Amino acid sequence: MTAVGDAALQAAPVHKARGYWTTVVRRLARDPVSMVCAAILLLILLATLFAPYLHLADPYQGSMIRRLRPIGTPGYPLGTDELGRDMLSRLIYGGRLSLLIGILPVILAFGIGTTLGLVAGYVGGKVNTAIMRTVDVFYAFPSVLLAIAISGVLGAGVVNSIVSLTVVFVPQITRVAESVTTGVRNLDFVDAARASGAGPITIMRVHMLGNVLGPIFVYATGLISVSMILASGLSFLGLGTKPPEPEWGLMLNTLRTAIYLNPGVAALPGVMIFAVSICFNMLSDGLRSAMDIRN
Amino acid sequence: MTGLDPLADVGGGAQPLLDVKGLTKHFPIGGGLFAARKLVRAVDDVSFAVGKGETVGIVGESGCGKSTTARLLMHLMPRNAGDILFDGQLVGADFSLRELRRGMQMVFQDSYASLNPRLTIEDSIAFGPKVHGVADADARGLARDLLTKVGLRPEVFANRYPHEVSGGQRQRVNIARALALKPRLVILDEAVSALDKSVEAQVLNLLTDLKREFGLTYLFISHDLNVVRYISDRVLVMYLGQVVELGPVDAVYDGPVHPYTRALLAAMPAMDPDARTQVPPISGDPPNPIDPPSGCRFHTRCPFVEEICAKTVPPLAPVDAHGHGAACLMAVPGSGHSRAPAAGAAA
Repeated sequence: MTAVGDAALQAAPVHKARGYWTTVVRRLARDPVSMVCAAILLLILLATLFAPYLHLADPYQGSMIRRLRPIGTPGYPLGTDELGRDMLSRLIYGGRLSLLIGILPVILAFGIGTTLGLVAGYVGGKVNTAIMRTVDVFYAFPSVLLAIAISGVLGAGVVNSIVSLTVVFVPQITRVAESVTTGVRNLDFVDAARASGAGPITIMRVHMLGNVLGPIFVYATGLISVSMILASGLSFLGLGTKPPEPEWGLMLNTLRTAIYLNPGVAALPGVMIFAVSICFNMLSDGLRSAMDIRN
Repeated sequence: MTGLDPLADVGGGAQPLLDVKGLTKHFPIGGGLFAARKLVRAVDDVSFAVGKGETVGIVGESGCGKSTTARLLMHLMPRNAGDILFDGQLVGADFSLRELRRGMQMVFQDSYASLNPRLTIEDSIAFGPKVHGVADADARGLARDLLTKVGLRPEVFANRYPHEVSGGQRQRVNIARALALKPRLVILDEAVSALDKSVEAQVLNLLTDLKREFGLTYLFISHDLNVVRYISDRVLVMYLGQVVELGPVDAVYDGPVHPYTRALLAAMPAMDPDARTQVPPISGDPPNPIDPPSGCRFHTRCPFVEEICAKTVPPLAPVDAHGHGAACLMAVPGSGHSRAPAAGAAA
């Protein structure tokens, strides 16, 4: 057996062994936008996690004489809300619930939706019809209405709003997962894997998952901002968090009466929601291009 | 080399490794609420055998059912009718589909689409053996050995991704992947068609070397007549989902019997500029396989067409005693075609 091949490439330097995810992380680390967004998110996450150690004012302690102080007031770096409570403290404590309600339903829906979409797309036929038509039933309702309806049936509370938001996002993620899977499924390497005698679960795990996860992940991260806004809507209707519990969506709603008196303070919860969602979106964009190792 | 042992020979040398009988695949198309369901007759009653250690070529125009035949043989799609015997054994009855997959492997045309872009070359090759229970370290060792066998240095290529190597190198990887299960039969579906000529020649030589080293049997599917002649022992000519001529490669190339085979061979560019083809030997596209012509499917394009051709389906009749056969009424004694030999005359 003679070694025939391109002499130049045969003589190329020895290629370093590196896993796929190591490569992705290294590529992501080279993207400044993603790194800035990751840093902001990490900062917010750490602040909310370690809030009790930050020597903040009591987020529940109001004062009728210190209501709606502007940003920069001594002792109140971000001013006070309509009941005179410290905004900085409330924003940090509020982040705990907001991030939980924003992220957890998306994570749950990502797990359920990806599984359903992968099975529907890979198996096809009647299984596909059964899964996708069921999903379409949920898809037919506007997401706000569906979330309100489910929350209304289940009753108020943080856990119930997480459940209802998960139900809202599962159909959307399933649809994306199914269409991506159908595209990958028809490629020759899946046939080659079947020809090697591998079972459907092995093929889905080894050959499908890595190729479909990227687009679904990017789509799902975009849903985090939607989830946070829907959660705030539920709180406003009395179906989610209840006052005086700090939560960004709820704070935005209660402060809206003060928008003419003290617009700077009233906008702060919105700024937080905006910052977190845009950071998630940019990070997911960066991750998508880092995962596309062909470039 | 560690890894799997090849499947044992069952029927001895005289028994064909692959015996295909009446293979048929019809794709239903359309069939909406009001429209009638139509059938694309992609492969229609195809029968042939591949002997042990042989290379059998399948040639034909695009859309004649070559690739569908390959996928049917690999059991990648269900067939409507027909038996596929592997070394005399029937899948499902005598041995499992999983075992068949070890005995029969396939190399696809598109070298890029047939490799998972998320897996390194080593992982792609080691996947098959791992599925069949080979330990991870052994499967990786086997993958590296095979890379050497196909002419790629493992230390350079093992950890690369498919997009990091050239088309010819990728097809070598695909060949290594197919060989990783120690198959007895390798189906090469247009495996060298997408490569440029110099690389194609290298890969063909590699295939010849590997065949000798591993005692392989090839089913070589291509539209390139020169390549098929170079590599094949016997050749099968397909037209619109049917076999129109088959036989030893030299017999078919030097003495084609079926008018379609003649036209196909005449369409090959001549190396001699004085002998260049002036008149196209055959014109137009093949008819639609949804509604194939009656009788002989080639009668709409055949220069020797007679009334009988539209009525009678020509059987695959022997032309000589050495396995050369053609499905043309002109080769069937007493068929009613004016050019056919008289009834009772020796074939």
